[in-house]
Amino acid sequence: MTALEVRGVSFSYDNKSNTIENINITLNKGEIVCLLGVSGGGKTTLFNVIAGLLKPQQGSVVLNGEDVTGQSGKISYMLQKDMLLPFRTVEDNVAFPLILKGVKKKEARKLVGEHFAQFGLDGTQKRYPAELSGGMRQRAALLRTYMFGGAAALLDEPFSALDTITKSEMHRWYLDVMEKIKLSTLFITHDIDEAVLLSDRIYLLGGKPGTITDEIVIAEPKPRRADFNLTEAFLNYKRLIVSKIH
Amino acid sequence: MKEKLRSIIFKVLPPVAAILLVFGVWVALCSFSDIPKNILPSPEAVWKAFWDDRELIFKHARVTLIETAIGLLIGIVLGFLSAAVMDRFIVVKKISYPLIIVSQTIPTIAIAPLLVLWLGFDMLPKIVLVVFIVFFPITVSLLEGFGSVDADTVNLMRSMGAGRLKTFRYVKIPAALGQFFAGLKISVSYAVVGAVISEMLGGTWGLGRYMTLVRKSNRYDKMFAVIIVISLLSLLLFWLTGVLQRITMPWEKVNEKRRKI
Repeated sequence: MTALEVRGVSFSYDNKSNTIENINITLNKGEIVCLLGVSGGGKTTLFNVIAGLLKPQQGSVVLNGEDVTGQSGKISYMLQKDMLLPFRTVEDNVAFPLILKGVKKKEARKLVGEHFAQFGLDGTQKRYPAELSGGMRQRAALLRTYMFGGAAALLDEPFSALDTITKSEMHRWYLDVMEKIKLSTLFITHDIDEAVLLSDRIYLLGGKPGTITDEIVIAEPKPRRADFNLTEAFLNYKRLIVSKIH
Repeated sequence: MKEKLRSIIFKVLPPVAAILLVFGVWVALCSFSDIPKNILPSPEAVWKAFWDDRELIFKHARVTLIETAIGLLIGIVLGFLSAAVMDRFIVVKKISYPLIIVSQTIPTIAIAPLLVLWLGFDMLPKIVLVVFIVFFPITVSLLEGFGSVDADTVNLMRSMGAGRLKTFRYVKIPAALGQFFAGLKISVSYAVVGAVISEMLGGTWGLGRYMTLVRKSNRYDKMFAVIIVISLLSLLLFWLTGVLQRITMPWEKVNEKRRKI
């Protein structure tokens, strides 16, 4: 079953040269698909198009069989920074998408409260974001994205701002949570290791204007073993990707 | 506990010492210099003047406070509305912002008598002057506050399906609170003084009126007393603003703690 389909999308900021061109992407239900490419290659632009914040000159975005091209508020979107509002408690930040949809505050808090333990956020409900570490803030941001309840989620370099140790810890946490919630996810990274480690499939985005140059399936079954990134299979995927990029 | 006591002492001691110093110089000048008692009254004389006239002063102060409060309220509402409209429609901002700045270069002391001339001797011209004073800092601080919300946050809000109105209500207003209170603190201090100046120029009630009366009868002890009352009123409003800020912005407590570390 397809959760999200991007069909022949091209976008230009100035109507002269395209930033991204003829992008085709398919995301199946429950899949984690990664968009790998260098910084400034148009990845975030593509995400803004998929999220409906930008309207593409060509092509369409189909979510669960419904054409949502240029419509915002349909897909869960997590931006690069955690973007937690400093004046809301963690619980109210996470519940924010529900409150925007008109759910009563008390009810929304109850609904999100059920997921705090699952996301490793227990005890932070009444805290303010400033009191949390970078990793915890990222967890809260992902839970907020999940609570939005879109049929698919876009994550824009969710772990890029974290230090190496926190990052690998977050990777393990992320895979663990995804096993439970099965959220169909398209995520951006420029980190090859991260892409191989987390995704079921990888799209390579490159060139100017940005196009999809290749698609690689990571056949390693899930849940993945903790030392997957130390195996020969992992290295082979990495070699393959490096050879395709250069 | 010891830590807490020390921090309180550090907080309280400097301002108390400064006030005591000013007081000391005052007492010294009265006791050891040749300045006549009626020009520079001693603290006891000022206290006595206040105590003797306290009922009258309170009656006048009540009027001044009412004018200030109504003026503040209207000024805040108008400032909020204009900042909101300017934030939403950039054209309106471009047209009206220079006018608002120019309006502030007009000395209040110049328009106060005109207001009395146009609006009579009652509370109205005083309230209008307070509104005029309050409007500017509130508008500017709110406008800055609304503008401090970055494009990414607005994008996130849009991606969650929030329109302009919801973004304004849930993000821009709380994000602007810090700047708003900074503007409000300036406003309340000037508002009292504004009301007093306006009263001095015409009317039958208010601390400004009382001040004019005692000056004309050369009662400088009473003059000193009413000056102190006016200062205390401003300080009280300033303090109340701080209390209100702490209540409405509980997250600031956390950020403050973090800043200290």
